[in-house]
Amino acid sequence: MGSLKLTSIRKAFGTHEVLKGIDLEVADGEFVIFVGPSGCGKSTLLRVIAGLEDATSGSVQIDGDEVASVPPAKRGIAMVFQSYALYPHLTVKDNMGLGLKQAGAPKQEIETRVTEASRMLSLAPYLTRRPAELSGGQRQRVAIGRAIVREPKLFLFDEPLSNLDAALRVQTRLEIARLHRQLKATMIYVTHDQVEAMTLADKIVVLNAGAIEQIGSPMELYNRPANTFVAGFIGSPQMNFIEAERLGDTQAKTIGIRPEHIALSRESGDWEGKVVHAEHLGADTILYLETEATGLLTVRLFGEHRYGADDIVFATPDKSRLHRFDADDKAIAAS
Amino acid sequence: MAKARTSLVRSGLIHLALISYTLIALFPVFLTLINSFKSRNAIFRDPMAIPTPSTFDLVGYQTVLAQGDFFGYFQNSLIVTVLSIALVLLFGAMAAFALSEYRFRGNLLMGLYLALGIMIPIRLGTVAILQGMVAAGLVNTLTALVLVYTAQGLPLAIFILSEFMRNVSDDLKNAGRIDGLSEYAIFFRLVLPLVRPAMATVAVFTMIPIWNDLWFPLILAPGEETKTVTLGAQMFIGQFVTNWNAVLSALSLAILPVLVLYVIFSRQLIRGITSGAVK
Repeated sequence: MGSLKLTSIRKAFGTHEVLKGIDLEVADGEFVIFVGPSGCGKSTLLRVIAGLEDATSGSVQIDGDEVASVPPAKRGIAMVFQSYALYPHLTVKDNMGLGLKQAGAPKQEIETRVTEASRMLSLAPYLTRRPAELSGGQRQRVAIGRAIVREPKLFLFDEPLSNLDAALRVQTRLEIARLHRQLKATMIYVTHDQVEAMTLADKIVVLNAGAIEQIGSPMELYNRPANTFVAGFIGSPQMNFIEAERLGDTQAKTIGIRPEHIALSRESGDWEGKVVHAEHLGADTILYLETEATGLLTVRLFGEHRYGADDIVFATPDKSRLHRFDADDKAIAAS
Repeated sequence: MAKARTSLVRSGLIHLALISYTLIALFPVFLTLINSFKSRNAIFRDPMAIPTPSTFDLVGYQTVLAQGDFFGYFQNSLIVTVLSIALVLLFGAMAAFALSEYRFRGNLLMGLYLALGIMIPIRLGTVAILQGMVAAGLVNTLTALVLVYTAQGLPLAIFILSEFMRNVSDDLKNAGRIDGLSEYAIFFRLVLPLVRPAMATVAVFTMIPIWNDLWFPLILAPGEETKTVTLGAQMFIGQFVTNWNAVLSALSLAILPVLVLYVIFSRQLIRGITSGAVK
């Protein structure tokens, strides 16, 4: 229970095409994350799956059944929204139970399921409160609880952590990961934050301008990005892109090297440069170098290093970690 | 008290301006009230004077209660006002919801068409309205007034409410859809409670012109059975002799119900004005 198949989904608002033919298969129990910059169509795609928007063309199948004419409530889905979207006039308990009540479930069953969900999310003390009396983190837990109570085939998350502060975000992220292991349910999650994507996903779908750029596990995307967009989007700080010509490579157009795959030395190395700015984060030291050979270069060193602005240093890339891209920005397979 | 952002002179001037506006606005009401308690001679001798034991007279109220069916007029006014407000709020909110929530061909044009009524006074169509009411056999019925006032109130109601409804979170409505609420349930149970302050604003703006209107009752429902308070008060104004005691008393009485309705709505209204300013 809980597989999803999208076939050439297109969606246009007037003449503006937001989704340009999306094909995707999600297996039962998978945690899939749609990631991409603002306006790439990831939220629209989620809404199409939920049935809140109609696709202009293409088909959505949940568990092998075509759902184009099935209303959202009957698709066996549950959705968690960025703004929590709790019903302001209902208590936490009624918020979580409303979906089942509308579906005509017996009172006893609603009670059991709400109790179970609130136990999982430690919401039991708040069941009689209204959303206005809860903190942001608690509200989001109620929203997640409302989804769990429905026991859906498919969980849909629309940027659920964006409204939370940094500490709470990490905590709620762990909670979602734990829930996924516990429920073994299929989850589809939309975010613009690549860290969330890397930490939670079994499979990441990178979207850009309404089309899929690459699908793969987090480490596949990190180690073998299919094009410059994915290479630049996944990983922080961003991958360095260097014109291949400057390095004497005539077959590729762009060479990419991640900041953490560059070694630094004061004495000797491939590229000589001057430190423009140094960020000391304790666990990491991030240096921005201006070099003759490559232009501006970001280097990430692990641990503390005593480099400062205006120091002259030498950078040496790890040759086995170079990414080469052709004129169409596609990755050239390592030979 | 914080002195950094307040100066005595400036706040004094602001208060002076507000107080003088309040006085100007309340003065006619005050004048009506004091004179309604005076004898006829005292009204003409010194209209500005406050009633004293020697000039105090309830003759105006006695006339009003004795002549004509003032209780009936009040009832008519209340029925017309309350029914019109209810219909304006119901249909206005429904139209506003449709305009703000659904994408359909002609949405923008429909919104502009409905807003046209704000700019064009309904009285321009009086002759056509009268002909229509005669044809429909609705002359001298309260139904005629309710219909006209509903039409009169709708444009502003739709305009204000659709702005407010655009601000209701889409996520909330979508959450309702996923939980299996019908569009009607979403409208009545999720959206309406959230725009309640705006509804109160619309109710007040709709109520006062209806209660005070003389034009349409005079034209569409001048019969004794369907007279409203404002029209009823006119019977004391004659071409040659005007019974001022009675007119002033009738008007004083007419203030009361509208004041009660205003107090009911104003609690919501204040929340509407301050919503967004304070969280």
